[in-house]
Amino acid sequence: MTPQQARDAIAGALRKIAPDADPATVSPDADLRDALGLDSLDFLGFVEELSQRAGRRIDEDDYPQLATLASTIKFLSRS
Amino acid sequence: MPSLGADMDEGTLTEWLVKPGDKVHKGDIIAVIDTAKSAIEIESFHTGIVDRLIVPVGETVPVGTVLATITPPEAEAVTTAAAQPVTVPAGPVTAAAKAEAPPKVTGEQPAEAASPLIRQLARRLGVDLTAVRGTGRAGEITQADVRRAAAAPRPAPAPAPVTREKPGVAARQPVTPLARRLAAELGVDLAAVTGTGPGGAVREGDVRRATAAGQPTAPAAPLPRQAPERAARTAAERALAMRQAIGRLMARSKREIPHYYLSNTVDLTAVMNWLHERNRELPVSGRLVPAALLLKATALALRRVPELNGYWQDDHFNPGDGIHLGVAISLRGGGLVTPAIHAADSLTVAELMGSLKDLVTRARAGRLRRAELTEATITVTNLGDQGVEAVFGVIYPPQVALVGVGRPAERPFATSGLVGARPVVVTTLSADHRATDGFTGARYLTTMADLLQRPEEL
Repeated sequence: MTPQQARDAIAGALRKIAPDADPATVSPDADLRDALGLDSLDFLGFVEELSQRAGRRIDEDDYPQLATLASTIKFLSRS
Repeated sequence: MPSLGADMDEGTLTEWLVKPGDKVHKGDIIAVIDTAKSAIEIESFHTGIVDRLIVPVGETVPVGTVLATITPPEAEAVTTAAAQPVTVPAGPVTAAAKAEAPPKVTGEQPAEAASPLIRQLARRLGVDLTAVRGTGRAGEITQADVRRAAAAPRPAPAPAPVTREKPGVAARQPVTPLARRLAAELGVDLAAVTGTGPGGAVREGDVRRATAAGQPTAPAAPLPRQAPERAARTAAERALAMRQAIGRLMARSKREIPHYYLSNTVDLTAVMNWLHERNRELPVSGRLVPAALLLKATALALRRVPELNGYWQDDHFNPGDGIHLGVAISLRGGGLVTPAIHAADSLTVAELMGSLKDLVTRARAGRLRRAELTEATITVTNLGDQGVEAVFGVIYPPQVALVGVGRPAERPFATSGLVGARPVVVTTLSADHRATDGFTGARYLTTMADLLQRPEEL
């Protein structure tokens, strides 16, 4: 995935699970869950969506790398 | 208009899903009503033919108002010529009959206030309580009434009561209440809008996009998908109404219920390890969160300490007719609802997880069902996701207890004389001192902690 594809995947996933949240307002290094008020179920939904869009499994062990927008983009574009 | 909780005194009919002449079965979703809390799908309490829709879309009516009349199957055959349904015993039964039944003693009980014993008896004998006339104190339905009704010939055999509905009973396109109102205001045909919300739900933004895209604005679809005519409540009004409803209920709780509070710190090492192993094998969509295990332990512990599961009514404790966990769900934009997961103790952890996801999605999309909002026997609140260590909740009357779950986090924890970092969670109990004493409450929290040490058995 290119960083741009990763960005699109994240935006798409967020639109689906938290339609009222606007990822454009979140700073790249802010904690995503805090910034968007995602609870554990929301976050799981986010991971599900990302995993689908990226076409790869995302394990719980990978969660720390999904903490911020910047780290998520990095994580997704690494593979 | 059924009562959907002790805090509701009126509701607005926002949508009819049936029209006169339609055949409905007991349990079918027939209308959507808007309360201070959210839009709720209500089901028919009877099987028969819809005779007349009495309350028009957009009208706000008090609890207990007849919404529609339904003619039972046999009566329909004999009354086609008469055009008007007969009003003798087998005559039209009202969709709202259930709401008129409560033996009003404290004045504010939820509608299904027939005691659990009576409800169990009725279920066993296949009696529809909404059709039973109570002869007890304040019109209360007595065991004798139920037995009489069971012995009498009935217009139609009562189908098995619907206690758990499968999600997605109505295969309609889901639409959030806000989107629905907006569509009505802008004259957008919802059937032509593509939903981007959960499960394809049409949301506010979808409607706006549809207008921006120059979709030919059609007048609102004809019956039964009629849009509200009345100018709908604004978001601010709705938020205020919800605050007031929550305020009334919580003030009543604190006024009437002598709360006592207990807390316990529970080692979650076993739970976290078990989850980690399981989730590694499960597909992402089937992945479990700690909340599912915590809910299961909450429910199972109630089996062992049933004194906390039920209602305080008429100066005595009425045990619940099952373990129905009301789960507090915060709504985006403020407020909360506490829909129930029925018979949570008999669900597997995976099923509980599914129910939880489904409830949260529907609560936020404004698509809950009546039974989910009225039948909880205890409430569980999980503020842990918001980062707090512990939550001491306010009991939801007439329930007698509320379980709080804080944020699972690593903390220094001593075991066998050694301090180490372990994942722990603080569980709390707020309980009604009229129904139980601290001893019972303590037994409950320790039972729950014990169960969480053996997650594989949950």
